[in-house]
Amino acid sequence: MQQPNKLTPFFENLNFERDDNTMVINFGPQHPSAHGQLRLVLELDGEQVVKAYPDIGYLHRGIEKMAENMTYNEFLPTTDRLDYIAATSNNYAYALAVEKLLGIEAPRRAQVIRTMLLEINRIISHLFFIATHALDVGAMSVFLYAFREREFGMDLMEDYCGARLTHSAVRIGGVPLDLPEGFIENLIAWCDKVDHEVKNTYEALLTENRIWKMRLEDVGVISGEDALNWGCTGPMLRGSNVKYDIRKEEPYELYGELDFDIPVSDRCDSYGRYMLYMQEIYQSTRILRQLVPMYKESSPELMAHAPQYISAPKEEIMTQNYALMQHFVLVTQGMRPPKGEVYVPTESPKGELGFYIKSEGEPYAYRLKCRAPSFFHTGLLQDILVGTYIADVVTIIGSTNIVFGEVDR
Amino acid sequence: MAQHQVNYASAAGLPIALTTVDHLVNWGRSNSLWPLTYGLACCAIEMMASGASRYDFDRMGTIFRASPRQADVMILAGTLSKKHAEFARRLYDQMTEPKWVISMGSCANTGGMFNTYATVQGVDRIVPVDIYLPGCAPRPETLQYAMMMLQKKIRRESANMKKNTKQNLRLV
Amino acid sequence: MRKYTPKDNVQAKSYYTDRYWVAPRVPRAAVEEGTHFADVVKTMAHFAKESYIEIGTLVIHIDAKENFEAIKTLKEQCGYTQCSEQSAVDYLAQDGEFELFYQFLNVNEAKRVRIVCRIKQGEAIESIVPLFNSANFAEREMFDMFGIKVNNHPFLKRIIMPDDWEGHPLLKTYPLHGDEFASWYEVDKIFGKEYRDIIGPENRDPARIDRYDTKRFSRVGYEVPFGADISEGEKEQPIEYSETLLVDYNKDSGKQLDHRK
Repeated sequence: MQQPNKLTPFFENLNFERDDNTMVINFGPQHPSAHGQLRLVLELDGEQVVKAYPDIGYLHRGIEKMAENMTYNEFLPTTDRLDYIAATSNNYAYALAVEKLLGIEAPRRAQVIRTMLLEINRIISHLFFIATHALDVGAMSVFLYAFREREFGMDLMEDYCGARLTHSAVRIGGVPLDLPEGFIENLIAWCDKVDHEVKNTYEALLTENRIWKMRLEDVGVISGEDALNWGCTGPMLRGSNVKYDIRKEEPYELYGELDFDIPVSDRCDSYGRYMLYMQEIYQSTRILRQLVPMYKESSPELMAHAPQYISAPKEEIMTQNYALMQHFVLVTQGMRPPKGEVYVPTESPKGELGFYIKSEGEPYAYRLKCRAPSFFHTGLLQDILVGTYIADVVTIIGSTNIVFGEVDR
Repeated sequence: MAQHQVNYASAAGLPIALTTVDHLVNWGRSNSLWPLTYGLACCAIEMMASGASRYDFDRMGTIFRASPRQADVMILAGTLSKKHAEFARRLYDQMTEPKWVISMGSCANTGGMFNTYATVQGVDRIVPVDIYLPGCAPRPETLQYAMMMLQKKIRRESANMKKNTKQNLRLV
Repeated sequence: MRKYTPKDNVQAKSYYTDRYWVAPRVPRAAVEEGTHFADVVKTMAHFAKESYIEIGTLVIHIDAKENFEAIKTLKEQCGYTQCSEQSAVDYLAQDGEFELFYQFLNVNEAKRVRIVCRIKQGEAIESIVPLFNSANFAEREMFDMFGIKVNNHPFLKRIIMPDDWEGHPLLKTYPLHGDEFASWYEVDKIFGKEYRDIIGPENRDPARIDRYDTKRFSRVGYEVPFGADISEGEKEQPIEYSETLLVDYNKDSGKQLDHRK
């Protein structure tokens, strides 16, 4: 291996100077369209990409190692920082995995609130996708419009949990708080607003836009078989005409009871995926509207009753001796789940987000593996970028919708 | 000729404003701070939000630039991993003087919650920092306030480049 | 006497465990006849050492040497067309072995299977990239994090850590805060080793207070001007309260009127 020093920095033995027609260019890790810290080394023949080599790890923070050194409840806020655009979906995926391991189920009202938060996060994430994707392709105004609606969604999240970005709004065994006053009305108003804006602003600006279609159509084509083979999930998979949504096929939380459609596109290109994201926003608002009556019918318990694993409500801790003792043990030592291993997939806005937890009966997880959808979508880039033009590289990165918090973990 | 002499000390009615060079230069510098878009992690999303419609950073003369050559201030928004550290320093070196650094968020300040093998424990190990911005993630208002504090700081210091160049700091 | 800490597992441990406490086990169900999983088990009977259902997932233990053939059978005969995840668990301290798991998904049946196998330290595993491209990154990550070699992988190279990194971070012997190499990595790389003394070691203590640092820390009761050098010990300056203004403690620098004008 080459010995790096100040004068000859280390470039993975890449030969940037070639004798033939090909040129090697370095894209990132700090590039405004790289959606974070993606580094791509592209070998170009003229304007065509001959070889693409995605280099990741620039945001590696050792989250899986942290999980082995933290109790289960301590680790929950760290999951916020995985996919930081939709933080609650990470919290939820982790909490669900631990709940499956413990064999407990959240009460009905907690389930309604969780589903609500998940769908709000899905819309926020999709709006963010359309904002950045359009910005990368060159439509600046869509970015400003989409962030406007996104801010109102963030206001809703802030109303519920107090944080804009890193929510930690889900706990193992339930949710910490009931919905605040006026939340439902704001939610319905926001749903109407989002539906209206998506239909009349974004779709009006983009869907039939000549430039947008030229930039997106037949760019980043991936067949259904390849998508499965490369581990694509979520909109990447459904954009390739494979109708698989974990919410529908392996229902968790309330998705089994809710009535919604799974949009699928058979175009297999970036344009199809863009249409898919737009359709999913409509489906999410449809789910949110169905959840409102469910919330009103539910009884007010918020946390599962499992004294061995989960602290009692604050009122009980303050008034009852046994609850206080349990709480003390759970806080100082942490809960001890049974021995075993669990893998629970959930449908995050980006795709299949699953947590594999190996427990040895200790308060610390023996091994925690986060199966992040973006990690596999980044792996796909080395295949999908080959043969495209350099101008399309940014479009393809945008339409895979990768977030580096969960790629590198 | 003497009859046309202007008394500059009392220029009432004439289109002349008197100031020092320091003030003039610092006025220009502080009101057109162009940050480098250096989004690293979660804080980058808040940085984008502060540039977008609701918070509207542009009204402060703050326009995000993609190139370090055109930037005055580097907003290090997010966790700096050890693998990335050399690139952060290289981009900092590529910025032209005068330059300032805002360390945004707990991760950039001290390593924050990521007290692990892979994160730089505070970006001030790599680059000299002017403003430390607490929060995880800081709200866009906080970033705007940090920008205003940085403007204040620039107005206070001497415009003489030699004096406040970062070369004097311990990190060469 | 210094407290004994095991060297083969340096991760966090519970400070107290009841002597009589035995951890229960998540229930494992046998595969029922007539289900989809029963067909899978029948097809995989040649490879399976043990199979059961744990929390909705069929778990099949196989021999590590047969992993390619077993996974090929699973893909081609049972319809498991997606490899969602692949990684390892470090059991070196207990058994001297790594436990590898592969997580598969059948899109048509909406069922998941986990293939588990064990390899000894220093052994290599056969790559499944010819079957599943998604294993490309996953196997590289496993190599990076655990140092497990993968045979016939198209491009086995560190993926997440830098190429010149020492050690494999997810091993149980690797401490959370990193080793000596990790703690100086960025300083060595950017400034060179000679700058280690100037920049100083990392501060890993979130509650650290430097009482001589007058720029970043304040002292209640012994306040000194910003940036003052107090390595000789600070002068005792009791707090004076004013109802309207903060008091300027540095009285020497202030202008004093000696006589009435």
